Amino acid sequence: MTRKTRRLWLVIACVACLGTAAGLILRAFSSDIVFFVTPSQVVAAPPPKDRTVKLGGMVVAGSVKREKRGETPISTFDVTDGQASVTVHYEGILPDLFREGQSVVAIGTATPPHDFAAAEVLAKHDETYMPKEVAEALKKAGKWDPRFGPPPSATSWNQMTVQDARKDISAAPATN
Amino acid sequence: MNATPTFTARAGGFFHRYANPGRFLKLGARLQPWLTWPAVVLTLVGLGWGLFFSPADWQQGDSVRIMYIHVPAAMLASGGYAGLALCGVLSLVWRHPLADLAAVEIGPVGACITALCLATGSLWGKPMWGTWWVWDARLTSVLVLFFLYLGHIALIRAFDDPQRGYRAAAILALAGAVDLPIIKFSVQWWNTLHQPDSITLTGAPTMSSSMLWPLGLSTLGISLGFAAIVVARTRAAVMESRIRALLSSPRRKGGAA
Repeated sequence: MTRKTRRLWLVIACVACLGTAAGLILRAFSSDIVFFVTPSQVVAAPPPKDRTVKLGGMVVAGSVKREKRGETPISTFDVTDGQASVTVHYEGILPDLFREGQSVVAIGTATPPHDFAAAEVLAKHDETYMPKEVAEALKKAGKWDPRFGPPPSATSWNQMTVQDARKDISAAPATN
Repeated sequence: MNATPTFTARAGGFFHRYANPGRFLKLGARLQPWLTWPAVVLTLVGLGWGLFFSPADWQQGDSVRIMYIHVPAAMLASGGYAGLALCGVLSLVWRHPLADLAAVEIGPVGACITALCLATGSLWGKPMWGTWWVWDARLTSVLVLFFLYLGHIALIRAFDDPQRGYRAAAILALAGAVDLPIIKFSVQWWNTLHQPDSITLTGAPTMSSSMLWPLGLSTLGISLGFAAIVVARTRAAVMESRIRALLSSPRRKGGAA
């Protein structure tokens, strides 16, 4: 074995060891690295009342209630992960991307069993990017209602041009 | 010694063809215009298309245009560090002199593009998420990458004997490479505020082709630009070391006489 080969194996061994060590550390701390917990986790094991929790999930369609106390807007909405849902109470201005069906992260404290007092609400957008016209065409065609979750398979719309979408919109019968 | 050349010997022979500074300078001079001009044209076309002519996003509106800078910057931040790690292997195993010079030059360029990625991400996060910064796995691992770049820049210049700096920095580059898969897979392994990748090897891109084209062009253009800057800097470093050698050799001879 030449010196170069020995050095190559040494480098490979060191990187492999380091990679394994990093992997094990990340596995061990996995539950702390997650940015938010889901409603079913909060319902199953309610965190202590004084602990700040980040709750992530989808805003349930039709659950958003907005009122005003003086100048501050107060909103109440349900956040779900498909299995359980938690009602979030929030005082303040919601981010622009907030809507029904959007994923959000609410930072605050849980008040068992099903309520959550948020001090801050962040909107989480998903990995889909499409022009307004394409979204409109999908909605018109009845293929997608953004209030109930993510859009259909990307192959059905990612080649659709704005012109195609405009044609589809004008051709479709007005339903809503 | 073996009669048949081993893998490391053969690979070393291949790498060392371009370790000759004269040969590298010749190749670099030929390569430079083919990197620089396509980089300028593709970046201008990609960014112009993305910033002015591509459609706005259905929910993000015009803020989505930050993507045409943020995504190429993020890819190159990781790609540049992968380049540093490769230079580290070449330096530690084959003692390749050009790899050391290239590592010195990649560091600052990579740090700048990582800073650009973090800054544009922050500017994008405020209007969309409602926050400049969160400590989720993706954002934190990219910040760690930025500090790794800074550490590399400092370490490789920290010793009076440059060879010791090259060794130390090569080890740091290799150790830091552990961060690259963490950045890539952070959005799949853990839940994060940052969304998962839109463009994957396995599925159709969840991005309208009217946005994907300008993004592809600007990514290609900025990548070529990164390569052009690194090649230009490395050529300058080779020439600088030659000039230093020329300047110091007659004086040494004169002193000895």
